[in-house]
Amino acid sequence: MAERTLAVASANGLHARPAALFVKTVTDSGQQVQLTKGERSVNAASILGVVSLGIEHGDEVTVAVDGDNADATLDALVTFLSTDHDA
Amino acid sequence: MVTTELIRGVGIGRGTAVGPVLRMPDPVPDPADARRDGSAEDEQARATEALAATSAQLRARGQAAGGTAAEVLDALAMMADDPALAADVTHRIDDGATAEYAIHAAMASFRDMLASMGGYLGERAGDLDDVARRAIAHLMGLPEPGVPRSDTPFILVARDLAPADTATLDLDSVLALVTTDGGPTSHTAILAREKGITAVVGATGAAELVDGDQVLVDAENGTVERDPDQERVDLALQRTAALSAIRAASTGPGRLADGHAVPLLANIGSIDSAREAAARGAEGVGLFRTEVLFLGAEKAPSIDEQADTYRAVFAEFPDQKVVVRVLDAGADKPLAFLTDQGEENPALGRRGLRALQAHEQVLRDQLTALAKAAAASDAHVQVMAPMVSTPEEAEYFRALAHELGVPTAGVMVEVPSAAILADHLVPHADFVSIGTNDLTQYVFAADRLLGTVAHLQDPWHPAVLRLIETVGRAGAENGVPVGICGEAAADPSLAIVLVGLGATTLSMSSTSIADVRAELSQVTLDDARRLAALAASAPSAEAARRAVADARS
Repeated sequence: MAERTLAVASANGLHARPAALFVKTVTDSGQQVQLTKGERSVNAASILGVVSLGIEHGDEVTVAVDGDNADATLDALVTFLSTDHDA
Repeated sequence: MVTTELIRGVGIGRGTAVGPVLRMPDPVPDPADARRDGSAEDEQARATEALAATSAQLRARGQAAGGTAAEVLDALAMMADDPALAADVTHRIDDGATAEYAIHAAMASFRDMLASMGGYLGERAGDLDDVARRAIAHLMGLPEPGVPRSDTPFILVARDLAPADTATLDLDSVLALVTTDGGPTSHTAILAREKGITAVVGATGAAELVDGDQVLVDAENGTVERDPDQERVDLALQRTAALSAIRAASTGPGRLADGHAVPLLANIGSIDSAREAAARGAEGVGLFRTEVLFLGAEKAPSIDEQADTYRAVFAEFPDQKVVVRVLDAGADKPLAFLTDQGEENPALGRRGLRALQAHEQVLRDQLTALAKAAAASDAHVQVMAPMVSTPEEAEYFRALAHELGVPTAGVMVEVPSAAILADHLVPHADFVSIGTNDLTQYVFAADRLLGTVAHLQDPWHPAVLRLIETVGRAGAENGVPVGICGEAAADPSLAIVLVGLGATTLSMSSTSIADVRAELSQVTLDDARRLAALAASAPSAEAARRAVADARS
């Protein structure tokens, strides 16, 4: 399992379109991904789960990836979250 | 010979269309909270299959539609595929629910969660209901909700169209729209006007039409006729052809038969609609709605971001007027950073200029961005404030706009108090613009989005016309221009009346400009004043329409 913690860069946090793009990246990877903010963890393949975390700009989140391609997927997801998709 | 029955409603535009009826399916009923009969496994399989079918259906529709509709539909498909939703459905089925009820209840709980988050996500909460209804219809063997599809062009008969329906409307196969509910400012009517589709709205009698009925839809007369005679069909089609000939022949700036100029401007909300308006020969913009740039935003865009967008719009109208309405948030278009939560009566709440006064920095930033963009452009940029109720508010807005570098600042007249006190208000504005949709709603205390009171939403009503007359007179006395920027200006006969009441410019969806231009060219200013007096002294909207039609025939 590969795991990293980082601050979300999108100006409006992980809402709406950025959230949908994030989930699509997760489902396309075929890996098991968990997204954690504070005490709560959700299946990152669930758009409803991801938006229910209410992630704002600058919030610290942890991404954990399980699967045969965990490291590459983690890199892709970290890059995604470090980019401002509302710019 | 059998006299055919006529179904009456309010026509949008002046077109005619003939073809077979296809009805929008009736809404899917909410499933009852019944216990399931079969095993949990069987019920689970039904639910999984229904959600998968819904997702596939939405993706296929998205692919067919392309563009932004595809993005909307893909997002809906993602919700149908959602593993958290599936887990919740499984859990409810294990507890004894039917597949129908489990999907309904699971979606409802996610919808409430989204709604409680407010902002853009709150607005998307209704999408979950749409997904649930599709899956439930699939389980119950009901027709797929939404706009029906057919390879043969058809006349769509619906109760009313929701914005989500209009996103997937295939304009090539829809000959005309007929609704039983909704008035001239319903979503259906606005869509029809924007896209130039023939439509009759609020035609209660159309509830009796069934799939396959041949009908003649006549928007000019606001009628729908079942099984029309060939003779009547020919006549209607000839009239439409004659109209489009007049329309094609009329080009250039708007003017009356005596040469009196009435600039015809466009209502726009985005850079796309700005380009469309410029292409259709608008002489500028009479209403640039800026809310669209802010919708979905958690906070206002920065001054520079705003200025970039404004500049792109201004660039489409070199040497022409562009009237920008500052943010009109509240009521049916709340914004997270401006609109108070939980107002009982948002249409009467702190909206428009009232909200901006309470958050003055947002207004200052917007005016600064507009001044900046205007300085870098050749367009004649003016600003106006929405929902102004008193002369003091007009004075406040003009002073602030001038201070921040926008030299021409006017106010909208859409609250009856502003119209009644026009003689005191107008001197505090560089121009005024009458928003007939909201003015009508407030004059009649009738929600403009509510179908059951749509019959009161009629700008032909003398109660509205007399207020417009009051404003027109105050404008003339003070040398202040009076524009009209509601849907009323798009009705060609009413446009004549509005000019007669003192309107100096008319602003409308750009698709209506050609029709209005053609109609105005048929009358002099004296004619317009005479017709306006007839309409304003009539006892009802219907009588006003008839008085004008009779006097002109």
